Amino acid sequence: MLNKIYDWVDERLDITPMWRDIADHEVPEHVNPAHHFSAFVYCFGGLTFFITVIQILSGMFLTMYYVPDIVNAWESVYYLQNEVAFGQIVRGMHHWGASLVIVMMFLHTLRVFFTGSYKKPRELNWVVGVLIFFVMLGLGFTGYLLPWDMKALFATKVGLEIAVTIPVVGEWAKTLLAGGEIIGAQTLARFFAIHVFFLPAALLGLLGAHFIMIRKQGISGPL
Amino acid sequence: MAKKKEVTRRQFLNYSLTGVGGFMAAGMLMPMVRFAIDPLLKEKSKQDFVPVMETSEITNQPVRKEFKIDQVDGWYESEVTQSAWVYKDEKDEIVALSPVCKHLGCTVDWASNPAYPDQFFCPCHAGRYTKDGVNVPGTPPLAPLDVYNKKVENGKLYLGKPEPR
Repeated sequence: MLNKIYDWVDERLDITPMWRDIADHEVPEHVNPAHHFSAFVYCFGGLTFFITVIQILSGMFLTMYYVPDIVNAWESVYYLQNEVAFGQIVRGMHHWGASLVIVMMFLHTLRVFFTGSYKKPRELNWVVGVLIFFVMLGLGFTGYLLPWDMKALFATKVGLEIAVTIPVVGEWAKTLLAGGEIIGAQTLARFFAIHVFFLPAALLGLLGAHFIMIRKQGISGPL
Repeated sequence: MAKKKEVTRRQFLNYSLTGVGGFMAAGMLMPMVRFAIDPLLKEKSKQDFVPVMETSEITNQPVRKEFKIDQVDGWYESEVTQSAWVYKDEKDEIVALSPVCKHLGCTVDWASNPAYPDQFFCPCHAGRYTKDGVNVPGTPPLAPLDVYNKKVENGKLYLGKPEPR
């Protein structure tokens, strides 16, 4: 049945070369843990992506209940976690995944560093990877405010005070991020927009570039 | 010995990888899907009886009475106004009808259309109901107006949840 549907579409749109080009390529021996167990270090990039997918999915579902408003934000988080079925798990996935994605990304960076995979011709991919790292930190920072509890409020205060220490433009950066003079209604709305629309869009673009480059250049050779 | 149907190594790996992958994907998606469809499986809200008016004030003429109920909407609780058309029928029994049109949910009014002075009229699509709340055939609504659960205590009319009949 599925085969027939596939054949029907393939006959008309010739989709086989498309997915072959994306998915069907050999894994070199030196990155295959079945050959050398130590090659598991090459999995961290994929694991980062896998957790990113979980973050995007669980985040999409969380926005079904969450509202970015100082009166209701905390109540809506409390409701979705305690009154909605599996709320604790879905929020837990997003909460723990947020930390795990940083860990995986860090391990991936270490592997790239110690295998020297950032060297010519892959310098640009390293640069894009560093940009992804900053976007991820931004996602972590903006997401931290959204539950609108004491921890969120004071963490954001500290974060914005750090922004003030930027030479020359510090005060502007703080006002721009807070959306006003205090951390309040406007900050929450702004952080929500950044967390849910702007940074994920940037992230997807950068990930696309990261993956196109690795497909184009291939994985770096053995040590 | 009968010849067994051979499962090739490729088939075996395909099946087991698809199975394990599907199991893992399901384990990931199941909590999120259940989370999303929770409103479907939540228990329906109950509505307490609220005092609406003195029974002695009720006449044969339908009167629109407004009353406040506590509404719980997820994390948001508020007092909202509901209304009912209240009157006594020929048998001197109290009738309390929901003003929500059974066509598409607009609000019906008693005798608001001069052409039908003894009917409920919905301005949205000219739906009509007779005084007992039964829809007039040939007009858009397909069911009679909902009737409030009611009780009388100490000369006061209490209304609960409107129910379809």
